[in-house]
Amino acid sequence: MGLTAERKAYLEKLCQKFRRDVVDTLYGIQTGHPGGSLSVCEILTALYFEKARVDSADPQKPDRDRVVLCKGHAAPMLYRVLAERGFFPVEEMKTLRRLNTRLQGHPSAEHTPGVDLSTGPLGAGLSAALGMALGLRLSKTGARVYAILGDGDVNEGMVWEACMSAVKFKADNLVAIYDWNKVQLDGRSADIMPQGDVPAKFKAFGWRCLSCDGHDIEALCEAIDKANDPDGRPVVILADTVKGKGVSFMEGQNAWHGKAIDEASYKRAAAELEGD
Amino acid sequence: MAKAIREAYGEALVKYGRGNPDVVVLDADVSGSTRSALFQAACPERFFNVGVAEANMAAMGAGFASVGKIPFINTFAAFIVTLGLLPARIFGSYSNLNVKFMGAYGGLSDAYDGPSHHSIEDVAIMRALPNFRVYTASDATLTDWLVRHAIESKGPMYVRLSRDVFPSVYGPGTVFEDGKGKVLREGKDAAIVACGVMVGLALDAAKELAAEGIEAAVIDMFTIKPLDAELLLEFARSAGAIVTAEEHSVIGGLGGAVAEALVAEQACVPVGFVGLADCHTECGSYAELLKKYQLDAPAIAAKVRETVAKKRSAL
Repeated sequence: MGLTAERKAYLEKLCQKFRRDVVDTLYGIQTGHPGGSLSVCEILTALYFEKARVDSADPQKPDRDRVVLCKGHAAPMLYRVLAERGFFPVEEMKTLRRLNTRLQGHPSAEHTPGVDLSTGPLGAGLSAALGMALGLRLSKTGARVYAILGDGDVNEGMVWEACMSAVKFKADNLVAIYDWNKVQLDGRSADIMPQGDVPAKFKAFGWRCLSCDGHDIEALCEAIDKANDPDGRPVVILADTVKGKGVSFMEGQNAWHGKAIDEASYKRAAAELEGD
Repeated sequence: MAKAIREAYGEALVKYGRGNPDVVVLDADVSGSTRSALFQAACPERFFNVGVAEANMAAMGAGFASVGKIPFINTFAAFIVTLGLLPARIFGSYSNLNVKFMGAYGGLSDAYDGPSHHSIEDVAIMRALPNFRVYTASDATLTDWLVRHAIESKGPMYVRLSRDVFPSVYGPGTVFEDGKGKVLREGKDAAIVACGVMVGLALDAAKELAAEGIEAAVIDMFTIKPLDAELLLEFARSAGAIVTAEEHSVIGGLGGAVAEALVAEQACVPVGFVGLADCHTECGSYAELLKKYQLDAPAIAAKVRETVAKKRSAL
């Protein structure tokens, strides 16, 4: 089940390209969210290139796995990964957030091939993912649902309502991956809304709790494999990440949550993301 | 005695949902009140009680819809359109998912629980959401059809139900159509456009008015969105005076919808609005509340007299 060295190197190279392209796109359009997009890069890559059973030739296939980007503002990285996976042309990235685009500011299942659920308002994604998981179980498809949470997202009470419900309904085909970069729009999560002992909270609700380095593609794949060995409980993977990962001056900085990239910053970022 | 709307609803869920594996029913710890518990007894594997977590329930319902299920999402109207509004907006309205928001205990029907539990603005809220269709049950027969319609017709819907017994206005087997109001009584002097419990009361008012020589038509505009503008214009032309009657605020509900439709077509006839006058209510028996807040047959009749007088003085 493990990645070959060759495959691992390939995926790491893909991630480097995705980061560079997303920074390019966001600089080009002068709007959008760099911090969270760079943070979620390996999580989305691990899902769409290794673990999630999806088919770009048949995006609506009923028994496909579902991916819900609860932290919808990281849409630029989702779109870049989907494009690479063949859901739409990579060139379309430059239309992001422009009038008449299929690539809306936040993910829209109505507009974009490959997007399973529209998100944007935080907090509602995990509940919807749970409904998907239970519906797919009723249909006996064996499909799995991956929900990607963020720091701001888990401030919302609905996330914890979903946590209770997922345990009650034994949704062991639901995997939450927490892109846990510990920064939100206004500052460090510890300052804006301290989260306390996050693993203990999930465990107290009855979830199976796994942890990994959220920028180590191999570790992510291993964690997802473990999560996909169901035991009657929903699973959360606490993916330790860095907001703005890969661009030194954006790393850990809430200021880069949703700031347009100026020319000087772009040149620095591009230089850092250039080589391998 | 006619059947309570909630009984008719619970029975219809079982009747139409039992044999359809796509139907799933969610409730937020009020299944005994909404009567979704009847479905739980019939199909426990497709029933999900999420506890008192309405927002989570509404979003879960959307998840079910996104994988091809037909979710009936149940709680009191006052809570489904408030706590359930964010999921309704992003998943139902924006994403056009096939969610069925069922507003139990509509209007003042949860009478003794008081204004915290009365829903007087639900239609206004849900009508403003693109893609959502909005209906009000006016008797048990229509309630049965609305459940069947919700299953058969794809798209997000809000249906206002009731705790109480409404007078029967339809015979069994009545045929209904989406977007088509029902003319229950003809009349040349005014048309009462009503919904919900006010339909039966409007028929009483029309009888009272007939004794005075005022012939008022009665229309059940159960399909508030899409509104039957064609029927409305026909009666604006033929009767020349319209009175709306609803167990809802006069702001943004049926009255608002009717006014918008008439003005859009320059059908500028006198219009009177029977509804809650931008106020909150209080607790009491349902009958007492309807009387105190002028949501009864005498109030409808008075508004018709006033509106007909305006029409005549304008001639």
